[in-house]
Amino acid sequence: MEERIKNISNKAKEEDIEEIEEIEEVKEVEEAPNRFNSISKPTNTILNIMFLIIAAVCIVPFLFVLMVSFTSEASLQVNGYRFWPEEWSLEAYKYIFKSGSNIIRAYGITIIVTITGTILGLIIMTTFAYALSRKNFAYRKFFTKLIFIPMLFSGGMVSSYLVVTRFLGLKNNILALILPICVSSFHIIILRTFFKTSVPDAIVESAKIDGASEFVLFMKVVLPISLPGIATIALFLTLGFWNDWFNAMLYIDNNSLIPVQYLLIKLETSMEFLINNSNTMGVSATEAVAKMPKETVKMAIVVITTIPIIFAYPFFQKYFVSGLTIGAVKE
Amino acid sequence: MAKFKNLDKKKNKSTLKKLKENREFLLLTLPGTVWFLIFAYLPMIGIVIAFKNWRISGGFIESLIKSQWVGLSNFKFLFNSSDAWLITRNTVLYNIVFIVLGIVVPVTFAILLNELLNKKLSKFYQSSMFLPYFLSWVVVSYCLFVFLSPEKGYINGIITALGKDKISWYTEPKYWTIIIIFMSQWKSVGYGTVVYLASICGIDKCYYEAAMIDGATKWQQIKYITIPSLKPVLLIMFITAVGGMFRADFGLFYQLPKNSGALYSVTNVIDTYVYRGLMNLGNIGMSSAAALYQSFVGLILILVTNGIVRKVDNENAFF
Repeated sequence: MEERIKNISNKAKEEDIEEIEEIEEVKEVEEAPNRFNSISKPTNTILNIMFLIIAAVCIVPFLFVLMVSFTSEASLQVNGYRFWPEEWSLEAYKYIFKSGSNIIRAYGITIIVTITGTILGLIIMTTFAYALSRKNFAYRKFFTKLIFIPMLFSGGMVSSYLVVTRFLGLKNNILALILPICVSSFHIIILRTFFKTSVPDAIVESAKIDGASEFVLFMKVVLPISLPGIATIALFLTLGFWNDWFNAMLYIDNNSLIPVQYLLIKLETSMEFLINNSNTMGVSATEAVAKMPKETVKMAIVVITTIPIIFAYPFFQKYFVSGLTIGAVKE
Repeated sequence: MAKFKNLDKKKNKSTLKKLKENREFLLLTLPGTVWFLIFAYLPMIGIVIAFKNWRISGGFIESLIKSQWVGLSNFKFLFNSSDAWLITRNTVLYNIVFIVLGIVVPVTFAILLNELLNKKLSKFYQSSMFLPYFLSWVVVSYCLFVFLSPEKGYINGIITALGKDKISWYTEPKYWTIIIIFMSQWKSVGYGTVVYLASICGIDKCYYEAAMIDGATKWQQIKYITIPSLKPVLLIMFITAVGGMFRADFGLFYQLPKNSGALYSVTNVIDTYVYRGLMNLGNIGMSSAAALYQSFVGLILILVTNGIVRKVDNENAFF
């Protein structure tokens, strides 16, 4: 029976792919130069110049930070932040990899939180969304209301804070960085819409006739077909966890548990935080701070925090747009 | 009587049967339901803190029950302070500006990008404009700091080169209204542009061709085809934005100005006020009153907007 289900789902996938290919072909035809209703060349040039400036405004600030991180601390002290460093240097990055054990650990925390949070969020939300997507689930309306009400009204920051710290006792616990933001009504609605539209009823019914339970159906048929939709939500979640500092600010005081985004906030006020093994090195903390390439190290941390997002950017962009368009579809 | 009892029994039985038939689905929704009960509904019960004098005695539920009722005194305290007016004004005014710009700017950009002759360049502009959306406010605040840092910043470098006095950016409130508005657009314009552009690409080309044949200008095409076609997306975005008019992006108002006290007059919004009350002052009563004020007005706003939209144009209402 399982094989049959697999066959069915494979077939459905193939059909999907064919369909997508067809759509793409159509698109290409449509995008072929159609001078009939186009803007004039001079207008086009003006628009291009305008958008070139806007695009530059959007990416230059980050490139600036990148340049500063490769500047030598000495020339930075003299010249201030400059687009083109007078003296190039790798000392900030060397410092991070040699004696930045606190930075590496914060980076590790961010990675752990991102991975576990994304997986946990996906498990909770896909199962919930699947049940909501099935017409023969008798309590569908009730559970839809259950996730819809929190979109309209929330208990607010104070009582949420007290629930996490007092009710769950998660102050200074890594779970406080994961649990409060791993589920969202909006994501569940996107997933539900995706399951509804991408899984043909015929497949579900034929699998049911073969006696497949809902769990088998979900795992073996629905999940494989819906991978693009799930990838979208996975990326939403990953970005959310990677960029989160607010929960750390609320719930984490323990320096060994802070994620890298929050580390950057702490570094704004004090660099001493980076010096952990000053005693063993035989220098006082203040001396160590004085020796450290302070400004450039901060910028280098900003860079290594953002680099993974830049690399994943093509994926993000592709899936975000599809997710956003699904999300905008009303039920 | 006996008949009723029988009916009751039958009903009970059918409920049981229904539960049993749906047990697999119920099991699948269980983790999500638990999450919503703890992280969404328990805090909703917790809003009664705003009417109590919160004292810790044991766990959350126990403290909640044992804390004394104080009626509206938390709210009186909040609304008697000058802060209540300031944070409400800041939150609402900024949001009105954000709603207007958040529709006008991305829709304009999307329409113009769609007209560009070179599709590859258009893709490149989109990608560049979308990038800031993916950066956290912490990273953005560093990106801004390299320009605005009082001693080493790029802008002060230019100012001194021109022979003028340096500006202490992080203590001068007069510049921050513009900075906040600009940075919020900087971070979100790409997102809006991409959403609207996706909708514009979905419009059937036949309309434009027919309009062309009838001699419509570009401007007329935009006015009579593009914008009406965008209406459903625009309305959903609008309702959500108005519903969130009492909410502010915490990072924008707290992290970007580096929590600078000198700037509170233009950067303090309800969210930052609640946060500072909770974490810095430990004033749970007042901050929970502010949080409830925010949630309650937000609920009313979203219900009213949705009601209006439903009356005018039933198809595009949110719910």
